[in-house]
Amino acid sequence: MAGAGRRKSNNWALVAPLYLFTILFVGLPLIYMVYLSFMSRAKVWGFTNDFTLQNYLQILEPIYMSTFGTSLKLAVLTTAIVTLIGYPFGYFMARLGAKAKRLMMIGIMIPFWTSSLVRLNGWIIVFRSNGVLDKLLMWIGLTDEPLKLLYSYPAVVFGMVYALCPFMMLSVYSSAEKLDWRLLEAASDLGAGRARAFFDIAFPLTMPGLMSGIVLTFIPSMGLFFVADILGGSKVVLIGNVIQEQMTKGRNLPFAAALSVVLMLMTSCMLGLYRKICGNWKGLD
Amino acid sequence: MKRGKKKGLFATSYLTLVMIVLYVPIILTVIYSFNANKSGTVWSGFSLKWYEELAGDRSLKEALINSLVLALGSCFFAILIATSAALGMRNRVSKLDKVMSYMSSLPIMIPEIILGMVFLGVFSFMNIPFGMVTLMISHTAFCIPYIFTMVQARLEGMERNLEEAALDLGAKPWEVFRDVTLPAIMPAIGSGALLSFAMSFDDVVISIFVTGARTNTLAVKIYTKLKTGVTPEINALATVILLITIIMVVLSEMIKERTKTKEGDSI
Repeated sequence: MAGAGRRKSNNWALVAPLYLFTILFVGLPLIYMVYLSFMSRAKVWGFTNDFTLQNYLQILEPIYMSTFGTSLKLAVLTTAIVTLIGYPFGYFMARLGAKAKRLMMIGIMIPFWTSSLVRLNGWIIVFRSNGVLDKLLMWIGLTDEPLKLLYSYPAVVFGMVYALCPFMMLSVYSSAEKLDWRLLEAASDLGAGRARAFFDIAFPLTMPGLMSGIVLTFIPSMGLFFVADILGGSKVVLIGNVIQEQMTKGRNLPFAAALSVVLMLMTSCMLGLYRKICGNWKGLD
Repeated sequence: MKRGKKKGLFATSYLTLVMIVLYVPIILTVIYSFNANKSGTVWSGFSLKWYEELAGDRSLKEALINSLVLALGSCFFAILIATSAALGMRNRVSKLDKVMSYMSSLPIMIPEIILGMVFLGVFSFMNIPFGMVTLMISHTAFCIPYIFTMVQARLEGMERNLEEAALDLGAKPWEVFRDVTLPAIMPAIGSGALLSFAMSFDDVVISIFVTGARTNTLAVKIYTKLKTGVTPEINALATVILLITIIMVVLSEMIKERTKTKEGDSI
């Protein structure tokens, strides 16, 4: 590493594996997907190399448009609830003492790292007919008979919120932790009310954490089809379910590819918007 | 003063409440895994029979081994690729490097279902038979970003003085790497590896698409079973997985703690 020239050649060897892997298994596959989405469906399985816009036209059919609508609505609803629950959590957590913080951190990490299937399994125990929640409600006397909670829309929303909440908690926490609490004290010393101090100082400063939390929630919630699959039965059909069905049962690879391209464009728009907002925010700073 | 205390109380109870909800499904799973009753809705005494059944299930054991091999293997490849790239991009970050590192992070940015479909399409195009190889490639793809970002962040925060001093004192580049750079980035590699191990072990969506007819991973197997409803055996299995998770979280916290104290020492 004595000379700059040698250093450079060393670097090439170091980055080459990543370059190769990324081009071969990330870049090419994505290009291939876009290519596939313009191909025609073969009679049995696979596709023929005939250019067509049919797949994209098919998406415009009401049944698929409404699926996109359902997915988008669910994603927005999930993100909103996650924000309402996760933001205060991350914010309060950042105000704890060092020891309590560490404990809370481990406390969040365990469910966060636990297989989502393990957690879904637990919610089935809670929600199923005559399950824990039904028994509890009947015991309190709120209901007389088992509610049909599992395989319903609320159960799906609940499952999504539960699965994605840690992302919001952790990203709000990490930006609230850097907050200089003396600023808030100074504001209240100067006569600002609690609400005013929060909205003028703490909220803008935790904005980056909130924004990345929203992105980290919204993007997976567009694709988390197995939560809907398990907690919603077949009642809640999301775009992810349609893609999977087209791949496996429908055997319509080009159409699944077209759906994926549209879904990807939607999420890229979200990411772009996020970058723009954050860029503006940084510019103001 | 008084108002501050009130707020503290509210914050504490809020944090506690959310924490409890966070743990409800986990605790219930553990409790029900010891339930003697088969239907699972009624409690009828303590029993270990579901664990015995688990131990006797050969297809589950096979799936578990597959999952472990897959998680360890993809972690290993991801560490090699991501760490060497992070080291290589340390001195110069060209435009191409930026594009490539952005592209390599795509697997954790785009919805999983798309990744699964993309891999399925391209593997059948390349004629790679579905099974462990395809699983390994796709899992490595989404493990790389976790390790890459962590190692890169660590390298950015590292000062070069120590390495340059070692070079000036006549150490060979390889020795400098082994004795100075590697120990410094080890915690980042470790926590990145643990996270990607957890992600790989847990992955359902991508695995469903690229797993062959013969290879099953544990997560895929649980998923297919859950679709038909909860069985007590799954509760037991989930409890075992939970135990593995707790061990990993504790390990990663220990790594973090050790780096912190080390940094404290050097200051």
